Amino acid sequence: MKTLMLSAAALAMTASIGFAQTVRMGTEGAYPPYNFINDAGEIDGFEREVGDELCARASLTCEWVKNDWDSIIPNLVSGNYDTIIAGMSITAERDEVIDFTQDYYPPTASAYVAAAEGVDVTGGVVAAQTATIQAGYVAESGATLVEFATPEETIAAVRNGEADAVLADRDYLVPLVEASGGELVFVGDPVPLGGGVGMGLRESDGELRAKFDAAITSMKADGTLNAMLDKWFGEGTGTY
Amino acid sequence: MFSYCTDPDTLGTFRWFSCYLTTGVHMSFYWAFLKVLVLLAITAPVALAFGFGGAIAARSHVLPVSWLGKGYIAIVRGVPDIAFFLFFVIALDQGFEMLKHWVVCPDWTDPIRQGNDFLVCPQAKVPLGTAPEWVHQTYSFFIAVITFSIVFGAFAANVLFGAMRAVPHAQIETAEAYGMTRRQTFWRILVPQMWVYALPGLSNLWMVLIKATPLLFLLGVEDIVYWARELGGTKTPRFTDYPHPDWRMWYFLALLVFYLAFTRVSEIVLERLMQRLSHGQATTGGEAQRKAAA
Repeated sequence: MKTLMLSAAALAMTASIGFAQTVRMGTEGAYPPYNFINDAGEIDGFEREVGDELCARASLTCEWVKNDWDSIIPNLVSGNYDTIIAGMSITAERDEVIDFTQDYYPPTASAYVAAAEGVDVTGGVVAAQTATIQAGYVAESGATLVEFATPEETIAAVRNGEADAVLADRDYLVPLVEASGGELVFVGDPVPLGGGVGMGLRESDGELRAKFDAAITSMKADGTLNAMLDKWFGEGTGTY
Repeated sequence: MFSYCTDPDTLGTFRWFSCYLTTGVHMSFYWAFLKVLVLLAITAPVALAFGFGGAIAARSHVLPVSWLGKGYIAIVRGVPDIAFFLFFVIALDQGFEMLKHWVVCPDWTDPIRQGNDFLVCPQAKVPLGTAPEWVHQTYSFFIAVITFSIVFGAFAANVLFGAMRAVPHAQIETAEAYGMTRRQTFWRILVPQMWVYALPGLSNLWMVLIKATPLLFLLGVEDIVYWARELGGTKTPRFTDYPHPDWRMWYFLALLVFYLAFTRVSEIVLERLMQRLSHGQATTGGEAQRKAAA
């Protein structure tokens, strides 16, 4: 009887520890369709859906947190939240500071958008968001780079003529070009950049990373990830 | 919010705005105005208290205390605000966590700094990782209040230090002649009279404090500037029921009107306060009032 009660207590303890772990998911909330704030004021988008599903599969309680893109890595390493899930491409430079899960979005093409056809994207002024792979690429392409803190401002720079073109993830640009009624057009060839989009975690958080990795693997295996990719980025995006 | 908002005919009519302006995100925007007002309501008295303490310390006859007061005033006034704001948010947060860590996890052997990571034991997190999001937001709000108070307190200390010296020396001597102790002289003669000299400087600080509230955005608090930028940004029809082009100009215009109105009201109130404080004082303001009445 005593052992039974002890084991029951132990079981209850482990269960409560399992439940007690809240994982705080950091995102930017300004990069549709990856992540954005919906009309109700909540975080929404592809990553919200993927993140919630990952947490359900790994039996974690998750809480969503908004943070500026600029300081998203410093705030992760100082422990204000536990993951970055913000359309962050896996790169060698970032991998030195934080760790990544496997990609939940395949390596993407970035694209140039300008106000008119025939813009010289290697010689003109090109806008990109600060601390993105696109900004790094523009700086080396020979074009003059102008950086902005938010993706919104990079588009505004093209509209008001401050920049000749903007380089960003193609998926972010597509809805904007569609809605612009011909004001904005894709120019040049798409540029393959980065090693896919993954979740960022602290280097000391190996256990949590393994849990998310396993959950991503299971989502890839049963096709749910493909379905979500198709839903948010258009038919035929899913390639896992 | 309203039933007609689901009716497609509403689109293009003026009623569309009544729907648009009452969405959940807009409620967060209005809520942020309240946040700014609450910040001011808490920060102003706390900063004044810091300033009062700083001024008393600076004029202390105990040398180390005087150094402390003068050091506080000199350092905070000398370093750019923005550097302080960025420094305090990180330093205060990590400082709190480190102190709590030493208290609640004395047996913890892993180093707190591992490479780039700052790691305290999970029980020492401030607030706890399991706390709901509003607790985290309130916490960062109070970090912001403390930071604002430290910075503006130093300026207030300098203003009060000067105001205390501006009170005519004859008043102090008279008090001493009446046999008042140093403490009595300070509280009954000096403090009641210094406000009229301090008010121009303090009102100036209040105005600067109002205008410094957009710095909240830098401190990770979702204030009115954050929401104006978020709401004003281009919205495409795929992700919202209320698509619109770049409207940031209009949102920032609203902020401009808010701040102008707020500072104007402050000016009027401070002017009245100045008149009241000047009453019966041996200053040009007090003298003018006496002549007008005569």
